[in-house]
Amino acid sequence: MKTRPILTLEQVGKTYANGTVALQNFNLAVEPNTITSLVGPSGCGKSTVLRIISELGDLSTGRMAWESGGDHKLAYVFQEAALMPWATVMDNIRLPLKLARVPKRQALELVSDAIAQVGLQGFERVYPRELSGGMQMRVSIARALVTRPNILLMDEPFGALDEMTRGKLNQDLLQLQHQRQLTILFVTHSIYEAVYLAHRVVVMASKPGRVVADIAIDSPHPRDPDYRTSAQFNRYCRDVSHSLSEAMGESLALSL
Amino acid sequence: MLSPALEQPKAGPKWVRSLLSPDILAPIIVGLVLLTAWELAVRITNTPPYLLPGPLLILQTLATDWPTLLPSWFVTIKIAFTALVAATVSGLFVAILFAQSKWIERSFFPYAVLLQTTPIVAVAPLIIIWLKNNTFAALVVCAWIVAFFPIVSNTVLGLHSADPSLVNLFKLNQANRWQTLWYLRLPTSLPYFLAGLRISGGLALIGAVVAEFVAGTGGAESGLAYQILIAGYNLQIPRMFAALLLITVSGIAIFALLSALSNVLLKDWHSSAMKHEN
Repeated sequence: MKTRPILTLEQVGKTYANGTVALQNFNLAVEPNTITSLVGPSGCGKSTVLRIISELGDLSTGRMAWESGGDHKLAYVFQEAALMPWATVMDNIRLPLKLARVPKRQALELVSDAIAQVGLQGFERVYPRELSGGMQMRVSIARALVTRPNILLMDEPFGALDEMTRGKLNQDLLQLQHQRQLTILFVTHSIYEAVYLAHRVVVMASKPGRVVADIAIDSPHPRDPDYRTSAQFNRYCRDVSHSLSEAMGESLALSL
Repeated sequence: MLSPALEQPKAGPKWVRSLLSPDILAPIIVGLVLLTAWELAVRITNTPPYLLPGPLLILQTLATDWPTLLPSWFVTIKIAFTALVAATVSGLFVAILFAQSKWIERSFFPYAVLLQTTPIVAVAPLIIIWLKNNTFAALVVCAWIVAFFPIVSNTVLGLHSADPSLVNLFKLNQANRWQTLWYLRLPTSLPYFLAGLRISGGLALIGAVVAEFVAGTGGAESGLAYQILIAGYNLQIPRMFAALLLITVSGIAIFALLSALSNVLLKDWHSSAMKHEN
């Protein structure tokens, strides 16, 4: 069952002023209600893709098209939680609504909804510094979800967290995606995370940044932690790893 | 490490405990020891009070000369306070203006530095001449010149220190310039501004005193600097010290007040105002 992609990038290239080619001939079609992972080593341009999509950066060549024709809502989760330290959890999550001048009553409803989604009930009036890294990331995700975006861009959001917290957040993200039928573009340098989360893994290599493989992960979704030990999971991880090492011309141990 | 009992006295209400904390107790003990040594030295060597009065005599003079010193003290505080308020308002305004465009900042910042590097003693006579009909205003202007720069330079730094990811988040949400200023840049700069304010508080007082030294005006509206000058001419050294003591105590009080303000405003989120448990 093929659906129309909500976002298409065709032959996109990005060259910086100093001549560095960050991205070359990049093609991507993001299907609605799926998680797409972009995985690759540092410098392969995966963050650049997110910056282009969010229009924080522009593209040098190629084109980008939205199915909606430009009337889309987009949310971004950064590598770090990027919370305002002077504002409570609630005020942090409310920020995008405040900037959009959403009336207070309606905003508070949306905020408490988002808080419930990420399991932060009871922490509404707490300041970010009182929260663990994982909890701060939950606030960051809630802040992204509060505007009900059509697409959620996540740039290595769990990279700085410990393995246990990361696993838990992966699990919760899968649930969330399933419940709210989110469309997520997830950048990571962890092959395991990419395979575990995604319906589709786009493998990228660096110098210049390009796509080297596009692998559909045809395992039931959402997945439970047992999937991590399955043969299928391991096979996909090996596939991704192989296409990476082939492209990079160097041995890339699976135990990155 | 000190024994826990000495480190944290457990008995008594909170304010008693905080008074007994080493942070308060240690400097008090040092102060008392030094003052006692001073008093003893003056007595043993029989130093005449017109050279160096002992601390007890200074306190005594402070009490007896209180009717003369109090109005002067009030004048000095009024000048310093007015200058500080003026420096805060103008400093914030200028800092926000600078943060609006790199070009404004590049073009005008050197002149803000100019204010800072101009020796106040050298320009005070000019300002006093220009504002000769209003000495109070002249003194306020002098104190303002000294107090202005730390607020501007700190606040500008703070306004530029916003978390780049948050700046991007504001961009992604189509925040306009004023929303970014109000919801992001100003809160980010608050700790920087408060640090500048603490410096400016002391400087405003010094500026007020220095300017008055230069002006040397007497009359009903004379401040503590004038009292020091006159006491010096008349060899009333104990009174000189008493006036000096008042200035110092005022400076400490201003600093303490502004620190308290800073702690109240930042206590929820900034590490400078938080209790660390290590």
